[in-house]
Amino acid sequence: MTDPTPARVQETAAPPYRPSAHPPAVSAARARTFGSWYYAEHVLRSMNSYRWTLLASSVGTPVLYLFAMGVGLATLVDRTAAGAFGGVGYLAFLAPALLASATIMTAATEFTYPVMDGFKWRRVYYGPHASPLSTDQIVNGHIIAITARLTATTIIYFLIVAAFGASPSAAGAAAIPVAVLSGLAFGLPLMAYSAGVEEDKGQFALVMRFVVTPMFLFSGTFFPLDTLPVFLRWIGWISPLWHGTELGRALTYGYDVPAWLAVVHVLFLLVLAVIGWRRARTVYARRLGR
Amino acid sequence: MSTTPSGPPVISAQQLSKHYGDFRAVDGISFDVPAGESFGLLGPNGAGKSTTMRMIGGVSQRTSGRLTIMGLDPEEHGPEVRAHLGVVPQQDNLDEELRVRDNLLVYGRYFGLPMSYLRPKADELLEFAQLTDKATAKVDALSGGMKRRLTIARSLINEPKILLLDEPTTGLDPQARHILWDRLFRLKESGVTLILTTHYMDEAEQLCDRLVVVDKGRIMAEGSPAQLIRDHSTREVLELRFGSERNTTVAAELQGIGERLEPLPDRVLIYADDGEAALEQVTSRGLRPITSLVRRSSLEDVFLRLTGRSLVD
Repeated sequence: MTDPTPARVQETAAPPYRPSAHPPAVSAARARTFGSWYYAEHVLRSMNSYRWTLLASSVGTPVLYLFAMGVGLATLVDRTAAGAFGGVGYLAFLAPALLASATIMTAATEFTYPVMDGFKWRRVYYGPHASPLSTDQIVNGHIIAITARLTATTIIYFLIVAAFGASPSAAGAAAIPVAVLSGLAFGLPLMAYSAGVEEDKGQFALVMRFVVTPMFLFSGTFFPLDTLPVFLRWIGWISPLWHGTELGRALTYGYDVPAWLAVVHVLFLLVLAVIGWRRARTVYARRLGR
Repeated sequence: MSTTPSGPPVISAQQLSKHYGDFRAVDGISFDVPAGESFGLLGPNGAGKSTTMRMIGGVSQRTSGRLTIMGLDPEEHGPEVRAHLGVVPQQDNLDEELRVRDNLLVYGRYFGLPMSYLRPKADELLEFAQLTDKATAKVDALSGGMKRRLTIARSLINEPKILLLDEPTTGLDPQARHILWDRLFRLKESGVTLILTTHYMDEAEQLCDRLVVVDKGRIMAEGSPAQLIRDHSTREVLELRFGSERNTTVAAELQGIGERLEPLPDRVLIYADDGEAALEQVTSRGLRPITSLVRRSSLEDVFLRLTGRSLVD
């Protein structure tokens, strides 16, 4: 933009200190095109107000886990069970699982309480709902913002994994998008569930205790899934964490996954994410529009 | 009432209805609001006021009837309709994790407004809402009245020509209400069309050019506050208290005084054009009320007359 000449100021006839809003039709057109991004911007600004807490936990969690389990436990495991993990040390075996589970756990937090907050506690969704944004855009915008948050956390986690020397393969960084996809595969169905919760009677605590924790323990995280008895392996098969971990291992240390199975892993995660996303849009529209 | 609004209505509702299962929250209401008018929906809780507001606001689907805002159907042109509006909901939904000024900026972004517009506009609105010194405060540090003013400031970020206010002062103390009424009156003077719901008759009298009295999803009466009082009540009201035990029994002895008698649990109302004269008649019958009060008729009386119930239970 060039400096407005006096003639142009007269032409627009607006006092320079009091700009005027563009017409409603322009607002509506912009909202139709960019609405999801506008809402994502809002959520990211809210998150920004506690950025130091987020950063501290994003750095603290991997350092703690990698030290305690990866280094402490790994020393012991490698001494007694060398070679049990496809020729790599226990730390390298564990790291991709910890990476994916950290992303999933962050997703589990972000797709529960903040959703309830949007509908019930502080009713944050009802502000944008009265604006030109559509309910689909509120859903999409919230997902975009959480995806950005998951990506940032996962990148930090991966850098610390790499610093521990636990991602020997050159393709290791590709485990980042895989972990984020795993987070969405678990988080989006959970978002649809959370949106349907009318009153918090501890459902989210139950989800953490009886879904997230067993998934964390029995998805081939700390030991290969096929060391579990057959009748427990299904937990891994339906768990986004197992699919994400298997893919992550292939990427960080070259764990041998047949191509067809890798495709199954990716498809499983994608399908879960898409089902959750579509379901969330339906539930949001119904709840906001009544 | 200095201006007589004309031209096509900015809001038009015909036989507007909203049912939840068997329950008829809004049951066939019709009204037109011309540009620049201040239009009120007066009624008790559960009368269907908020549901009507949500349909006008383009966030709730109607069951039947016709509704246009600026000539547009909100169900077909939701974003376009909502882009015209400023909305002050019944419950505040500010983002308490953001600071006061950031709430305005973020909201303005929903309309695709650029930061170069929003920054000075936010400052101007904070000034208008008397919140300039709170610009960088966290929202949860604000009082109820301040939050309400911030919500109103937020609703003005897109310079709407129509402002929807759902019970704007419910829950506020008298001083906070008067500050708010003053701000709303200025908006009205600047030509903004105000649509407000309230169950406070003084609010309706202060702010509305015209209003509809709503009960059980239906319109009971329509007109300016003065006209409604003229049509449905007497000029004055005599309020008598004989003690809660005696109010109903005494009512029989008061028959014939004034135009109409309304025995309530805590007092007896006598509707008469001359309240003092009515009081003289009461005392001449040998009745000695504990307290007596002559006042002008209000919308509360209109509501009582039309529905047999009072506005605020």
